[in-house]
Order: sequence, then structure tokens, then C-alpha cells
Amino acid sequence: MAGKLNLDPEVVAKARRLAERAGGPVVELARSHTTVSVERAVLRLAGVHGADSDGIPWVNRLVDAVRADVGLGHGVSLPVFHAMRTTGVDDITVLAQKAAAGAVRFGVPEGKAEATAARRAAKRATGDGLKLVDRRRAERDRLIKRYGDPRQRPWIYLIVATGDIYEDIPQAQAAARAGADIIAVIRSTGQSLLDYVPEGATREGFAGTYATQENFRLMRAALDETSKELGRYVRLTNYASGLCMPEMAAMAGLERLDMMLNDSMYGILFRDINPIRTFVDQRFSRQVHARAGIIINTGEDNYLTTADAVEAAHTVTVSQLLNEFFAHEAGLADWQLGLGHAFEINPEVPESFRLELAHALLARELFPAAPLKWMPPTKHMTGDVFRGNLLDGFFNLVGALTGQGILLVGMMTEAVVTPWLSDRDIALQNVRYVLTGAGNLHEDFVPAPGGFIQQRANQVLSEAVDLLDRIADDTLLNAIADGTFGIMKRPADRGKGLDGVAKHEEDYYNPVTEALEA
Amino acid sequence: MTIIRPYGDTTGDGMVQLSFTLPVAHDKRAEGAALQLAGKMGMDPAMLVHAKQMGDGFTFFVVYGKVNHLVDTDKVVVVERDFPLLSAKEVNAVIKRRLRRRLNVVGACIGTDAHTVGIDAILNLKGIAGEKGLEYYRELAVTNMGAQVSVPELVETARAQKADAVLVSQVVTQRDAHLQNTRAMSAAFREALPEGKRPLLIVGGPRFDELMAGELGVDRIFGRGTTPREVASYLVHALTGSAAR
Repeated sequence: MAGKLNLDPEVVAKARRLAERAGGPVVELARSHTTVSVERAVLRLAGVHGADSDGIPWVNRLVDAVRADVGLGHGVSLPVFHAMRTTGVDDITVLAQKAAAGAVRFGVPEGKAEATAARRAAKRATGDGLKLVDRRRAERDRLIKRYGDPRQRPWIYLIVATGDIYEDIPQAQAAARAGADIIAVIRSTGQSLLDYVPEGATREGFAGTYATQENFRLMRAALDETSKELGRYVRLTNYASGLCMPEMAAMAGLERLDMMLNDSMYGILFRDINPIRTFVDQRFSRQVHARAGIIINTGEDNYLTTADAVEAAHTVTVSQLLNEFFAHEAGLADWQLGLGHAFEINPEVPESFRLELAHALLARELFPAAPLKWMPPTKHMTGDVFRGNLLDGFFNLVGALTGQGILLVGMMTEAVVTPWLSDRDIALQNVRYVLTGAGNLHEDFVPAPGGFIQQRANQVLSEAVDLLDRIADDTLLNAIADGTFGIMKRPADRGKGLDGVAKHEEDYYNPVTEALEA
Repeated sequence: MTIIRPYGDTTGDGMVQLSFTLPVAHDKRAEGAALQLAGKMGMDPAMLVHAKQMGDGFTFFVVYGKVNHLVDTDKVVVVERDFPLLSAKEVNAVIKRRLRRRLNVVGACIGTDAHTVGIDAILNLKGIAGEKGLEYYRELAVTNMGAQVSVPELVETARAQKADAVLVSQVVTQRDAHLQNTRAMSAAFREALPEGKRPLLIVGGPRFDELMAGELGVDRIFGRGTTPREVASYLVHALTGSAAR
């Protein structure tokens, strides 16, 4: 469906070049630093599991112990696997427990032979973890082949969030039976700022359910049953964001989650997480997602809820281009890029629907091979559920008209309650009516040459190019520090999680990155 | 005295509409059950206009009907907020006009409490329930110290930042920790700073009694369900002594 907007290919190419120029230095930064969470993810893939009696995971205890002895800049792999050889402990979780008790001293292997041996052992252990990720991916391919993909595009994405995994499961299964193709389990408020991943099945969350490896496993198993029952593979989504982004990515790969929310700048702008921490964590997590065959969902909707959706339309395009650049660099393919955008223009604005169409079509044409994620109105949902249902209908219609890949189902009770069973049913009925009624209307929907929609799309693109130009000259980190995105100033030497970042020493070794970049 | 009834299409018809779900499959008995509920709620006659089964064991109903209840508008009692609720724009405008500088806010979870849920919901740009947090307000300079902050640290930071207001969140309530922590905090501020220099002290958390402010030595308590906008509006009200206009 190329060419509905008559975009100038030169301008599009220039936008991508600028995104690359803006993102390049950040990639260099990510390649030369590590974080506590990257190292913990490596240990998870190497087989460290469980937590101490206070619920602090052994990966945290082990990384902290290594760090106290030799710092973080060498990576934990060499010191940990060297210690396994010198202490004769052959279970890495047991080593973590001993280390936590202060019974192990860590050092960087001095001799060449010792270093090689430690490296080899680390490679073998993490290789087993990556093999499991590969197996999970093959399993997904097999199940999709057996049960099939959703029959329609966009795929229907529904949110579940009770705080209790055992309540989430029947709700998710009911939602899938009612037509959801993708289930997203929202995380507990504040989890993004925890510098550890809680353990085990959890029943108590605030406005969401804790993301834990056990909760991932339980929900995936339940949806596998439902997929079988429905003859349609139901996908599962969670969040690779916040301070534990790399670990979330590793856990998602190990438990066959299908999609992960993973935005390049969300944590920086909206959670005040340190920019360098975010970019380092993000690159690693995207490399893991690439390997696991996971589709990432980016968070451009957030720009529009903070700023005016008309004035800030181009910031969405800029963020999409940056997200695309970082994703490609980390090895993700186009089919894995669920780039986000949202229906957030004030419905009182004249021609608001036409503007929404222009913006949605622009994203479609800029990223023709990406399964774009189309997100519903939230900012202008007032509690008037009748008006809200109508607004959601128009949102669904834009989705159908512009060939979106993933449609997050809007709730008319947005901003009122967490969705009731009946709210979900009515919302899904709305989606089904519009998608069925509109059918392949997108084939007939061709904006008039030189008309309002074409002009608006081209205007947004050119504003995006201007902004990218400024960012590329100023560098992305400075742009973020200056408050270019949203209105928040986020300097690179501030924000949460900065103390968990370290520059690579010359002998830094990370067997997972090595394998993922091979 | 003013007596009114709900209005459908004729004055005094008392018509209302109601929707709800019952945990039963859809059949005649289910419809009867829905009408029974409507009857017990005072709808008489009740008219079942829509019933739809959802999943295995749930049915959604829409019922229209007449209620006989009378509403006496003279007897309506509401608890009024004692400050006007302002939009972000209005908050910024008032601060700019009255203070002529940004208003400094320092927030923290004190004691051993590691639950930053509350303070983050109020302070973080992300906010809660569709409302942006205080960081979003241009004229508010926010310092979020995070969790497990000691009282001396908090006092020191408040002093260094020339805080106009200090926000403390307390979620954990075991052995009344939230009350003890709050008392310790307010005492420390009173000791460290003379009355006129003391920042406005605000605590929030799901288990506080909003009437205990005086007893705990703080200026205001916010309970469950508080939104950033309410806090911002209160700050403006208390610190600039002004409404929007």
C-alpha cells in the first residue's frame, strides 16, 4: 500500500539518515558500558535462580558481591566463572548463596589460561540459557503453525490487570475467548523503579500484577491451553522497561512471551531513569528480543498524552524513527517493530478525525513492514461512557482504514474504573463491528492528491525532519538533557539507576552479548 | 423545599436506566433475576431492554424503569474541598504571578518504607489515572528523593532546596509506623527551622485519617485516591493564598 500520501522518498531517506546520526553516539555509549541489570540478565541466562529469605534475588546478591570485590567494569562473567573453578562449586546458584554469605572472594583471572578457562565456562553456561530461548522460539513457531495466527489484522490487544496472577489467568482466558489475540498483563505501579525482579507467583499488586518469571510461566501455560481450545495462538505481552529491562527481556525469552513493551526513551522521560542506564539496558534487551523472536511495542502514545496531540505529532514520528534505528542496530527485524502511536487529538478540534487519519497513515507509510501498534484515546475520555464508546468506534475505524498491525482495545470506562467484564465485552463488540463492517475499506481509502490528509502528513514529516536535524547537531543526550522531548529535562548525569552503570574495562567480557552479536 | 425526581421524557416520570452483570448464563430465569434486582433497587415497573451472555456464566443486562424515590435538594450534604481544584495551566499561572519564581517541592518515602508507589504517582511525570504528576508542572521544581530516606536527610535536602513544601508518602502501617514516622518528621522540621521558615508539611498514604493533621504536626494529610492535581491545587492555595482568578 505504498504511495497514498505522496511522500517524497528523498525526505524519508533524509529522516532515516538523521535518526542514524542522532542515535549513533548513543549506540557507542551502549557498547562501551554495562549495568547491574545487564550483568544480572547474563547470570539469569547462566542459570542463577531464586531469591534469599528477604526476597532479594540471588542474581542481585551475586552481582553486588562481585562488584564489591572487583567492580562492575570487567563484567561479572569472568570473576564468577573464575570463582567457580577456584572454589570447586559447580552450581552457580550455590555460588551466589555462598557469595552472599561472604564466603567467596572474587577476582579477575590473572593468567591467560585461567581467563580463557573462565571465559569458556561462562560461554557454556550462558549458551545453555540461549539454547533454551531458541527452543522457546521454535516452540512458538510450531504452535503458531498448529493453531494459526489471528484471522484478521489488526490483531486485537487487550489488557488484564488485577494484581493477582490467579485472578488474571481466568480473566485473560475469558478475554481470549471473547476475541482477544494478544493479552497484556499490566505491571504493578512502581515496578519499573525496583532494581530487582520479584520472585514467584504474586497475588498483591497496585493497579497491576508484578512481572515475575513464575507469573510469566503461569500465564503462558494458561494461554497455551486457551490457544488449543480456540484454534488460534494467543500472544502474551509484558514489559521490558524500567531498571530491570535486560532481565525482563531474558525472562521473556525463557518463558516464551511474545511481545514486550520496550521504548528507547520512555524510562528516561517518564520515569526519570538515567539516560545512559536506559540506553545500555535497552540495547542489550533488544538484542535478546531479537534472538527470542519477540515483537517489541514502543511507547509513542505517551508523548501525546503529555503534550498536545496536534502540536506534538512530529515528536511521535521522530521517536518512531529513533526506535527503528536502535531496534535495527540491535538486530531486530521489521516484523518485530510494534512502533506505537495513538488517537489522542482533542475531539473538540475541528477535523480531528481527518488529522488522526493523516497521522496514522503517515506512520503506516513510513514503516510499511512494521506491525504498528495503534493505541486508543485516554486523555479525552471523560467518564461519559457513551461518548467514550463512540470515540473508540472512530479510533477503531482509523485502525481499519490505515492497516494497523496491533489494535489496543479502547475502554469507554477509561479513567473511571479498571475495566469490568461488561466493559471489555462492549469494547470488543465495538472492535468487531468496525473491523467486520469496514472490511477491506482501506483498499478504497485513497486520500485526494494534494488534499488535506496528504498535506498534513507531509507537514508532520517535515517538522520531524527539522527536529531530527536539531537533535543530530546537538546530540541526542543533550537534546534529552535540554527537555526536547516532553517537557522534562533529563541530564545524562542524573536520574535513577546511574550508580548501576559502569564503563567497560579493557578486559570486559559478556558471553551473551558476544553470542548475540556473532 | 425542593423535591425532584429523575426525568426521562416527562416531568415527574421518575425514569432511570441501569446496566449490570449477573454471574449466570442467559436464560429466562436470568432475566427474571435481573428484574428482581431492579425491583429491589426500587425500579417499579422495571423493563428489561437488553440481555446478552458473555463467556460461559455471565450475562449483561440493561434495564429501564421508574423509581418512586424523591430527592430533596435542600437536604443534600456535600463535603466541600476547602480549596479550588485548578488545572495545570492555572496552577502554573498562579505561581508565576504570585511567587514570581518556581515553587520548590521535595518528596520522599521516609523510614523503612520502600513503597514509592504513592510518591511516584504524585510526583512522576507519568502520574496516575490519566493525570500527570507534579514534575509536569512547569512552575514546580520537584526533587523526588525516593524510598527509605532518613528524616535528617529529608530535612537537609529540604533546606538545601529551599523547599516550599515537603511531601512524604507512607504506605506501610505495621505497628503504626506511618504515624510514628510522620510525628518524627514534623518534630525534626520544627526543631531545625523556625516557624516562618518551615516548609509546608504534607503526608499521604492509603491508611491515614485525613483529620489527624494537627495531631501529627503536619499541615495536610491526603488519603487514598488523591490525584496530583489535587495536591498541586492545595500547594497553590496554601502557599500563595489564592484562587485562580
